Order: sequence, then C-alpha cells, then structure tokens
Amino acid sequence: MSEMTRQQIGGLLARQGILVAFALFMIGFALANQRFIDPDNILGVIRSSAILGVMALGVTFVVISGNLDLSVGSMMSFSTIVVLDLHDKIGPALAIPAMFAMTLCLGAFIGFLVGYLKLNSLIVTLGMLSAIHGLTLTYSGGKNMDIADKEGTWFSIFGQGEALGIPVPILLFAALAAVLGIALAKTPFGRKVYAVGGNGTAATFSGIKRARVVFSCYVLSALCVAIAGLIQASRSLGSQNTVGQGMELEVLAAVILGGASLLGGSGTIFKTVIGVLILGFIQNGLLLVGLQFYVQYVVTWVIIILAVWLDIAAKRGKLWSPIA
Amino acid sequence: MTDPTPALRLEDIVKTFPGVRALDGVSFSVMPGEVHALMGENGAGKSTLMKVLGGILQPNEGRIIINEEPAVMSGPLDAKAKGIVFIHQELSLADELSVAENIYLGELPRKRFGLVDWPRLEEKTNAILGKLKVGFDARTRVGDLSIANQQMVEIARALTVDAKAVIFDEPTASLTDAEKVVLFDVIADLRAHGVGIIYISHRMEEIFKITDRISVLRDGQYRGTLNTAETNEEEVTQLMIGRKLDLSRNASHHELGDVALEVRNLSCGRLYHDVSFEVRRGEVLGFYGLVGAGRTEIAETLFGLRTPSAGQIRLDGQETRITSPADAIGKGISLVPEDRKTQGLVLGMNCRDNMTLPQVDDLTAGPFVADGAEIAIFDQYRDRLDIRTPGWKQQVGNLSGGNQQKIVIGKWLSMHPNVLIVDEPTRGIDVGSKSEIHKLVRDLAAQGYAVIVISSEMPEVLHVSDRIVAMYSGRIIRTFTSEEVTEDNLIQAISGIGEKVA
Repeated sequence: MSEMTRQQIGGLLARQGILVAFALFMIGFALANQRFIDPDNILGVIRSSAILGVMALGVTFVVISGNLDLSVGSMMSFSTIVVLDLHDKIGPALAIPAMFAMTLCLGAFIGFLVGYLKLNSLIVTLGMLSAIHGLTLTYSGGKNMDIADKEGTWFSIFGQGEALGIPVPILLFAALAAVLGIALAKTPFGRKVYAVGGNGTAATFSGIKRARVVFSCYVLSALCVAIAGLIQASRSLGSQNTVGQGMELEVLAAVILGGASLLGGSGTIFKTVIGVLILGFIQNGLLLVGLQFYVQYVVTWVIIILAVWLDIAAKRGKLWSPIA
Repeated sequence: MTDPTPALRLEDIVKTFPGVRALDGVSFSVMPGEVHALMGENGAGKSTLMKVLGGILQPNEGRIIINEEPAVMSGPLDAKAKGIVFIHQELSLADELSVAENIYLGELPRKRFGLVDWPRLEEKTNAILGKLKVGFDARTRVGDLSIANQQMVEIARALTVDAKAVIFDEPTASLTDAEKVVLFDVIADLRAHGVGIIYISHRMEEIFKITDRISVLRDGQYRGTLNTAETNEEEVTQLMIGRKLDLSRNASHHELGDVALEVRNLSCGRLYHDVSFEVRRGEVLGFYGLVGAGRTEIAETLFGLRTPSAGQIRLDGQETRITSPADAIGKGISLVPEDRKTQGLVLGMNCRDNMTLPQVDDLTAGPFVADGAEIAIFDQYRDRLDIRTPGWKQQVGNLSGGNQQKIVIGKWLSMHPNVLIVDEPTRGIDVGSKSEIHKLVRDLAAQGYAVIVISSEMPEVLHVSDRIVAMYSGRIIRTFTSEEVTEDNLIQAISGIGEKVA
C-alpha cells in the first residue's frame, strides 16, 4: 500500500474509526442473520439500550471533566428500589419526586467529596458503588420490591408506554440526549466542563470555579441515573436489589467507545450515543448468531480493548507500537 | 582542530510533511571537540532536525554521515548505538531508582541466574561519576537529586556509550547560575575528549560563552555558520529573524495617570515580606529578581491564588481583599501566568474558546454561548496582536510558542483590565515574537493600562519598564527609575549585595 493511501486510511480511522467499525459490525451481523436488520429488532435494541444510554449521557459530563463515575450502576438499583417501594406507600405522583430528591442527594454527596474535598474520583465512586449497594439492601431488607397493583397504575407509562408508535424510553433517551448535547456544546457550563477536564490549572487561572463544575457534573450524572431508574422501575414494575449491577462498566465502555478520553477534556454527547448503540447492537447480534447471554460479559470487555486499541493506533498511525 | 574528519556531518537533509517543507536542504558539520550552537526561532526546524538525527523521523532526502560513514538511524536506540546521544530539556529518569540503576537501565551487569551484579554496577557507575566530579554517588535515589544533578545523571548515561556527538537541547532552562557553571565544565570536558557537541539554546549569553561555531536555521532552511569569536549577537539575531532587533531603553514619554494599584506592607508567610509598591495607569512596573525571590508569589496573591498574611491592597484608592481568581477578575486584575502551557491555556481547545474562557459566562444569548460575539472578540485580538493561525478553530496546542503567548495576552486584554500582570512574558519564545511582545507591552502602557511585568531576563526588564522593583529573597531591595538603573546596580540589588535602601 502506498504511503499516501495509508495516511488517508489512517486519517479516516482517526476521525471516523468508531463509525467505520460500527458499519462493519452491522454488515457482518446482517449477513449472518436476517432478523438482525428487522425494524422490530432494531427498535427493540434501541429500547433496551435506553436505560444504559441515559446513564451514559450523565457519565459523559463526568468523564469530560476529567473524573470517573463507577457508582451509577448501584445508584440505579437504589433509585429503582426506592421508587417502587414508595409507589405503594405514597402513590406514584409523590414517589417520583421523592426518589429524584434522594438520588440527587447521593450525586451531590459524591460531587462534594470529589469537587470540594479533592478526593480521587476512582476511590470515591468505587466506594460509593459498594456503599449505595449496602444502602439499597438496608432499605429493602434484601427483599425484591414489587408494585401490588400492576394493572391499575399509570406509572408503567415511562417504561412500557408508546407515543407516535415509538416507545417512551426511546423518546426520553432521545430528548435527554438532545438537551444535554446542546448543554455540553453550546452553554457556558459545557465550555467550562471541557476546560476543567482539558487543563484544570488553566481553568483555575481563568477564574473558573472548578469545584462547582465538578460538583455539577456529578449532580447531573445522578439526575440521569434517577431517570434511568424511573424507566427501569416502570418497565418491570418490580425489581431485584441488583438490577443495575455491573452497568457502571457498560456505561463507561459506551462512553469510551464513543471516543471520550479518560484523561478528560474530549468527547461529545453524540459520540456517546453512538457508543451506546454500538454496544447494544453488538450484544444483540451475538445473541442472534446463537451465543449464550453470558458471553456478553467477555465480549463487552473485548470491545473496549479493541476500541481503545484502534483509537491509539489511529493516533500513532500504526497498529503495532510497543512501549519503548 | 587537528582532526579534519567531522564527527557528524549532515548533507542536504530534506524533510517534508503534508503541505510543509520542515527541513529544506540543511547541511552542516560538527568537528570532534567542537561545541556547535544550533540556533533558530521556534518553528525554524530545530526540533525536526533533532528528530531526524535521533532516528524518530526519517529524512526524505539527504544523508547523515558519522565519522565519514553514511548512517541510517532506524530509531532512538539505533541512534544511541551509533554514538548520537541526546540530553533533553525534559528529563527521562525513574525517580524511585538509584543513580546507578538509571544509568545502566536495560543493560545492568548480571551474575549467574540473571541476578544483578551490584558491586560491579556501582563500580562502573562511580567510575563515570568520578569523571563528572559530582557530589552524589551510585546509590543515591534519583528523586532526591536537584534538577541539575538529574541532568548530570543523564549526561553520565550518555557517557556509557562511545559518544561521537552529544546534543544538548536547552540544557540550562531550569538551572541556577552555579549549576550552569558545573554543566559548562562538563561540556568542556567532553570537548577535551574529542566529542562533537551540538548545543541548542535561545540564550545568547551562553552561546557566546561556550560555543565555537554557530549554525542558524530559518524557515527550515540553513542560513549559514558563523565563527563565534568573529561575530556578535546582532549578526546572529539578524540571521535568525532576517532583521534587526531593538533592545533600547524605553521609558514612557506620555503623562502617567492615577495610581491603579497600591500595595502596602504586604507579607505572605516565608514567601515574601513587607512589600510595598504602586503602579499608575500608563506605567510599566518591572519586577526583577532571581527565581524564588517572591515575584511570582506576589502576582499570585494579587490574582487571588494566595492569601496574604499581612498588609493591604488598594485598587483605585479603595482597600480591598482578593479572595479568588474569579474575584480578582471581577475587580479588574488580569494575570498572564508564568507557564502558558500548564497555567495559561487549555491546549486541546481551539483558539477562540481559550481566548474567551474567563468571560464565557457573560458572552451569552439566552442560555447559550453567543458564537458571534466570541468570534468578534477573537477576530479583534487576532488582528490587534497579529496572531498567526489558520482560523479560530485551530487547536491552540498546534500554534507556535509566540502565537500561543499572544492568545493568552489576548485572553486577558479582552477582559479590559485595570491592572495587567504579565509573568515571564517571553519565556521560551523566539526572538522575533519576543520583540513584538515587548512592543505590545509598551503600547498597552501608552493606551493607559497599568502594567506589571515580571521577568528573569535583564535586557527585557530594562527594555520595557518605566520603573524596576529589584527583589531578593522575598524582599524589595530597591525600586529604580529608568534614569537611575544600570545593569550593575540592578545585579547587585538582586544578588543581595547592593545598597540596602528599603
């Protein structure tokens, strides 16, 4: 291959590597199984990706600001359990805002620890993953939570409803992605998130209140978790305490797949949405070609490694570049 | 020179990148036992040339000849094996390992079963360290050494191979004067052993002190080689930038305005003590002193990054407290910080976003950042400061040092400050951009800004300031007017040996 062609391909991979990989996966799966590109299947994949997707939107802010959030999975379990429990005790109209308030408090607490006490976000959120799981179990006494009257509640609308033929979870995901996408790209707050993650010292020297920006990112992440928990609870109207277990890694995988740097300062909402869809379609495709569900855990990891590798290879212009 | 064979010769080196001829037929040779300066503005091609020499980049045309044999360097290790050794500005040592381990990393002497032969390692290391006459031994942890001594470890590492040519890239950037003397001794020693040395630096003083010849690059082209003994700073500068550089004294001829900032008896722990000065509108107040004299710390206090332990700050006659950078900005103080890459800019962001960052909250239309207003600000300061960039979307990290610094200056000018503090305005910037920035500082004063310039370069302070505050060890020794100041009395004041006029 001539030097020029290789450079052009390298450049294309660097800019659109994720989309290229996505297209290749889709074509491969479609050839393997016709059902994969059935409209019903596609809609189904997007709907089941919505919960993960909503969480990934919030985590995108946290990652761009240069931090991590590994607590979103167990926080989502918490939100789901709390809203289901309160549904029967105080009614859905009060249960929803109460659950949102509690989840936001958790987010604010993390934001306080990372932003104002300057604690390492990996340690804080890894600890919160475990702590919130304990909180959830304490709250529920370890029992599964179910709504008594599953037929008679309007609460099911968020997870099972449809508008204009499109499932409500997809609408919520799309609307939230649009709002947060614009917030990140077009508002002063979004600009400050990039600055804080890109170079925190320079942000301070520009008069940006870093702690406040970091704090806000975690509150925003918790807001997304609350919405995800609402969809989850509404879809199943009953839940185990571990419903969100392991999702923190899938969320992170989607954000990284989209191309956000774990060092902070880069990434977009649009790219994260692409990352979420890739993850969803690949998992679905593997099921359709007949692999066991449990294989997904392995495959998710492989996909992350591939994504990171391709990203680095594109930047360096070669696939093989050992530590020298 | 008795040996007529060059240690290293470059012949018509050409290196092109898409759209750019980074090196355009560069040829020069380094004799054994010669110290050969390589000079040029940032972007002239020095770094590219060094990467070609180090095997990191392959030239498109031309030859590298080591001891009369054409050499192709396949990578950094290959270059080292062929006797080309680099002492980089940024050190590449493992802090937690000993000096000996760092020097022989990757080729530690072994005993049976692959265990490290410690006695032999120490013996070999101490032999090399003995040649360098350093004050530490093989067992010292590298992290415990000063930057200068760490550099010595790098040099020791270079001496483990049979070096034909050693390349020093801005080696004195973070050294004190005493440490420089030691470094120059080592260089003299290397030269006495017949090693060819390429010395890259922006500092004319050093170049004229230690080099034999000077080769100049401009815009990727070789512009000639001068014998150091037969040339002078002006001629070299002219070769580098293609015109003359003005470094005359430059006191204001316009009327000064009111006192914009007054500082009375300000102290901050051990950093500085009992500091008093004032700046008027239309005036440039220079701060001169050694690194660690407390100049930057005063600037950081005025910008709300440090809390003073005693004393007063008055802005326009009103006593005030400055609690944070945001507060300082609100009170009309701007700081162009010392280190533009870590403090001044978000390198991954584009030019426009960097420039408007401090005021992004105010540049809004509804909830959104107003694109048009931002671009207008960027365009205005791009034109006013003559910032050269393909457009506002360009990542700041891709600009040259001078243009990056202008972005930082534009960022703070666009805040319309009452007091503009500029810390080391031309550090690491090429000569051409330097004089532009000096002129800019003078122009700002003429337009009525109160400007504080902190600098470690005496010609710079003398050139731009109306008055000069000389600091030594956290105290103001004396404030000079531009009529009083001479190079001698300024040096005395900042060395702590001058007259003590408080």
